Amino acid sequence: MGSKNHGVPFAGTKEQEKQLLEVIHSLKDQQGALMPIMQKAQDIYGYLPIEVQTIISDETGIPLEKIYGVATFYSQFALQPKGQYQISVCLGTACYVKGSGNIYSKISEILGIEDGECTPDGKFSLDSCRCVGACGLAPVLMINDEVFGRLTVDDVKGILEKY
Amino acid sequence: MENITIKINGVDVSAPAGSTILEAARIAGIDIPTLCFLKDVNEIGACRICVVEVKGARSLVASCVYPINEGMEVFTNTPKVRNSRKKTLQLLLSNHNCSCLSCVRSGNCELQALCKDYGVDDANLYEGEKTPSELDTSAAHMVRDNSKCILCRRCVATCEKVQGIGVIGANERGFKTNIGSSFEMGLGETSCVSCGQCIAVCPVGAIYEKDNTGDVFAAIADPDKHVIVQTAPAVRAALGEEFGLPIGTGVEGKMASALRMLGFDKVFDTDFGADLTIMEEANEFVERIQNGGVLPMITSCSPGWVKYCEHYFPDMTENLSSCKSPQQMFGAIAKSYYAEKMGIDPKNIVSVSVMPCTAKKFEIGRDDEDGAGYPDVDISITTRELARMIRTAGIRFTELPDGKFDEPLGLSTGAGVIFGATGGVMEAALRTAVETLTGEELKSLDFVDVRGVEGIKEASYEINGMTVKVAVASGLANARKLLEKVKSGEVEYHFIEIMGCPGGCVNGGGQPQQHAKVRNFTDLRALRGKVLYQYDENAPFRKSHENPAIKELYATYLEKPGSHRAHELLHTTYVKRSING
Repeated sequence: MGSKNHGVPFAGTKEQEKQLLEVIHSLKDQQGALMPIMQKAQDIYGYLPIEVQTIISDETGIPLEKIYGVATFYSQFALQPKGQYQISVCLGTACYVKGSGNIYSKISEILGIEDGECTPDGKFSLDSCRCVGACGLAPVLMINDEVFGRLTVDDVKGILEKY
Repeated sequence: MENITIKINGVDVSAPAGSTILEAARIAGIDIPTLCFLKDVNEIGACRICVVEVKGARSLVASCVYPINEGMEVFTNTPKVRNSRKKTLQLLLSNHNCSCLSCVRSGNCELQALCKDYGVDDANLYEGEKTPSELDTSAAHMVRDNSKCILCRRCVATCEKVQGIGVIGANERGFKTNIGSSFEMGLGETSCVSCGQCIAVCPVGAIYEKDNTGDVFAAIADPDKHVIVQTAPAVRAALGEEFGLPIGTGVEGKMASALRMLGFDKVFDTDFGADLTIMEEANEFVERIQNGGVLPMITSCSPGWVKYCEHYFPDMTENLSSCKSPQQMFGAIAKSYYAEKMGIDPKNIVSVSVMPCTAKKFEIGRDDEDGAGYPDVDISITTRELARMIRTAGIRFTELPDGKFDEPLGLSTGAGVIFGATGGVMEAALRTAVETLTGEELKSLDFVDVRGVEGIKEASYEINGMTVKVAVASGLANARKLLEKVKSGEVEYHFIEIMGCPGGCVNGGGQPQQHAKVRNFTDLRALRGKVLYQYDENAPFRKSHENPAIKELYATYLEKPGSHRAHELLHTTYVKRSING
């Protein structure tokens, strides 16, 4: 069994932990507190690594597995941090028929990360998205706010090297 | 409660208000098939196998959670119902590893039985991608194989609600949904206590104990080894179920015969270890009372409970009796006293235990469980594994004559045999402790207040002018409830018995698996527990301190309970663990 707890080392601060504990203590006696606690925790840390989920479990008495189950059920929760450069490859219909799937695979291959993951140095994270409203430029990817269009698989390496 | 009348398949049925269609149908003599439903534990109406037609309803309804109401008309066996169930089974098979031939549950699988009943014979009807999965073998006691899992969540609900633990749950969503632990950890890395209650309720072969029958067969085949076996009290109360005998049939004699036929050199009894446990534990209790030791003292026979205490109540490990469990005490004596007596080098003794328990597989590997310098117990197998060995050997179990255990470690008392039911250890300890404290013979040996299947029981007894308060809990969610009250000071006891499994060892995670259609309508705990109290009633000796073999053991070897040698061999230590690693 391979634990999914790998990748970017946790770099939470004492200040973040203090904020999280305040959130938990203000919410934990309410019914259905888990979701709002997890949402606020993600606001504080940007994602929900095992360290953060463990704090939530220890403070609320909710089993860690239950928290992890919720975190992996809802797409709003991230287990990996976002990179300094967030890559989104459009897998919407227009981009997909123009071959964006291959572009996505190429990026994944070069960076060694899958959907939702971040490179160990924290530089890039990879996500797929559905339509960025630039179908005329299909296939499209975005890195932070910059849009790259009419791509071929061979363009990928050069684009990543710019960062 | 008031009854209401409904029609099932055109026939009037009267059932208590508040019943579900499933329950009413049962009264009418009809079994509606179920997969995810486990009464009081997993009532989620998710698997859709139990669907029935209700007149006026828009679609088929899940009978396991649908309450009856006056005048309702239900149809349980229409073409629409049968087709729906068949389709559900076909879809389940489309994502199921159908390697049934060698599956541990073949012949006792709820999914297989339904497929047979509904004529679902083409496992490849909807062939396609299957949810990827990995075998989890990280725990000492069991294996999880998600390729067989049907996502019924009976294990999840049992772990969370019955045991109050929750180390397994549903992760991801949609097609990727899988049962697992947090962050894909192996079960062995979590605070799983090894109780095996998830195994007991799994309808298919997705969760099963680690099979050690091969190790036992190999030891028996080795001419240089002296292979001895001990059987826990609860095994004799349930082993017969594996061979078609009714639930609640005692098979002590047949079991002893079968073990001898399997080729064990000596057939002994954990009940002897239980009597020994009582001697040490009663003595420890009296000492704690007299010398101001840590109270309440809590029993330590159940390794699932002990591990739970270490993870969830680490500040209470001083409350645990330092006594090893009967299994381990037996093993330590076998490799010291017995080895010396017989002139056998303990390194050539293979000590095998048959247990109703999966946590025993974890317990034998704990630190400080090697009193004579060798592991107290080398191999621990479950009741189910013993049944497997008996079948492999072709032994016609139900036709066996009643055999007897060998002496000296096969001699035991009624106090030892009731260890297998919740309250039994408490009762056995009281029989000895009261006579020790008062110096007088008890008029009645039956401490009925601590008997029965309730999750938490309490009683108090006047002994030598002192009120001794005791409590008994079984099932770890109940244990937690009780201990939280103890910690808050809301209740005060001197002595607490805790068993990891609800109802005690008779309902342990290593016992024969009964299908949900049996579990939902039968109290396994009560039926199996009754067997043990019958053995106790008919036993020639009913107090541990009157066991002649125990008396001789102390007279010639251990000197007295709590002696230096007894401590070396029969007592152990605990560790403090955390919940989240």
